[in-house]
Amino acid sequence: MKSKSTQLATKFKSFFEEIGELAYFAGRFFKEVFTRPFEFKELLRQCYNMGNRSLLLVGVTGFILGLVFTLQSRPTLMEFGAESWMPSMVSISIVREIGPVIIALICAGRIGSGIGAELGSMRVTEQIDAMEVSGTNPFKYLVVTRILAATLMLPLLIIFGDAVALIGSAIIENLKGEVSFLLYFNKVIDALEYSDIIPATVKSFFFGFAIGLVGTFKGYYCKKGTVGVGEASNAAVVYTSMLLFVIDFIAVFIVDIFFEV
Amino acid sequence: MEKTNNREPVLKIVDLKKSFGDNHVLNGFSLELYKGESLVIMGKSGSGKSVMIKCLMGLLDHDSGLIEIMGQDLSKLTLSQLNELRTQIGFLFQGSALYDSMTVRENLEFPLRKNKEKYKQKEALVIEALESVGLPQVIDLMPDELSGGMKRRVALARAIILKPKIIIYDEPTTGLDPITSKEIIQLMRDIQEKYGASSLIITHDVDCARVIANRMILLIDGVNYAEGSFAELALSTDKNIKAFFK
Repeated sequence: MKSKSTQLATKFKSFFEEIGELAYFAGRFFKEVFTRPFEFKELLRQCYNMGNRSLLLVGVTGFILGLVFTLQSRPTLMEFGAESWMPSMVSISIVREIGPVIIALICAGRIGSGIGAELGSMRVTEQIDAMEVSGTNPFKYLVVTRILAATLMLPLLIIFGDAVALIGSAIIENLKGEVSFLLYFNKVIDALEYSDIIPATVKSFFFGFAIGLVGTFKGYYCKKGTVGVGEASNAAVVYTSMLLFVIDFIAVFIVDIFFEV
Repeated sequence: MEKTNNREPVLKIVDLKKSFGDNHVLNGFSLELYKGESLVIMGKSGSGKSVMIKCLMGLLDHDSGLIEIMGQDLSKLTLSQLNELRTQIGFLFQGSALYDSMTVRENLEFPLRKNKEKYKQKEALVIEALESVGLPQVIDLMPDELSGGMKRRVALARAIILKPKIIIYDEPTTGLDPITSKEIIQLMRDIQEKYGASSLIITHDVDCARVIANRMILLIDGVNYAEGSFAELALSTDKNIKAFFK
């Protein structure tokens, strides 16, 4: 029987091996994304699948996020007589941090697991092999298009989710604080600066890239039959979620240096 | 001696070896497939049949040995040359491997994407291929709306849509009922006659081998154990060979 230290060493080794394989996979993506042929039709199809079909989920999540955040914050701000700060506080929090992270996590579940399961089942049912023997590069057709689509669609979904969250917040303010929508959104626009919007948008591209990369990586190299498909789907969500927080930390750290928030 | 066109192998494997760690799957397997011929390879599960065809299609790298398809050494081809060569080979997968997010039409159009000339005639080619397998009516259905036998036929239509010179069948009748198996075997014969392609058939099915094989190779422990016509092998007194025909 292996000792605990040997088991730990093996786990560390396989962890770093997987990081290495993921880095190689990302390298292959960057190599293939700029070479012909380009699969525009499949890219558009994936953008539609990921973007349009996630709108409802992101919209509902964003709306509830705005409602709940405002409802929960209101009593505390009222205690200090600072309820007029509500639009500024909510908009900055949502646009800078809560919106991108929550929506990216939702998309990791919706998009990342979908990619992992789809490619995983294609792998175990030999559909990827069938693509390869028909003379098509499956990496370019399946992986590059999905990573690109996730990278392009996530910022749009996050902007949409943030906007819906602010509408949710405005409704609560209108109902509870009798603040008109016009006044609410004037205050939101006054409060937000480019230093809030640009870093959040830039990091959302990285969130999308991470979701696409990990989902395709787990699905493309799926093993162990149908059990492997479940594992690929599950691992895509778990690893992506962890990676999103790492990316978020790095993004906040960099923004803190450049914008001195 | 002057070689006739028919005796020129379209596919040649010499001393093919492939291992996964300490597991030596192929230990020097060889074959020659001639133009218009149907060669059946039989072997027990784990004897290396699937690994052999994966090496043959370039899905797995082999450790040593020669794979030559239509005179081209597989190991010397670039990826684009290999992809070009692959368009001349039809492949019927054991589980059909239809793309389940695409309709039957899109499945059949998929191999045509890289050939602009043929892509222009895609509608006619798709209908012709589906008529060859007797299923023109399923053109707009999704794969999950088809039965197992229909899926196998559609997969066969996809394999022949580019009118390949070689067709590789991986367990073409596995998982099908006896009647559907017979229909698939008959289709394979019809396609062989219609297109004149060479066929390499991997199977466990003795009935399939009896009907379709011009020649057979028995693969045991990753090497050629016996070779000959169905009748020759079926009459063999070797217990390892007899085991296949029980």
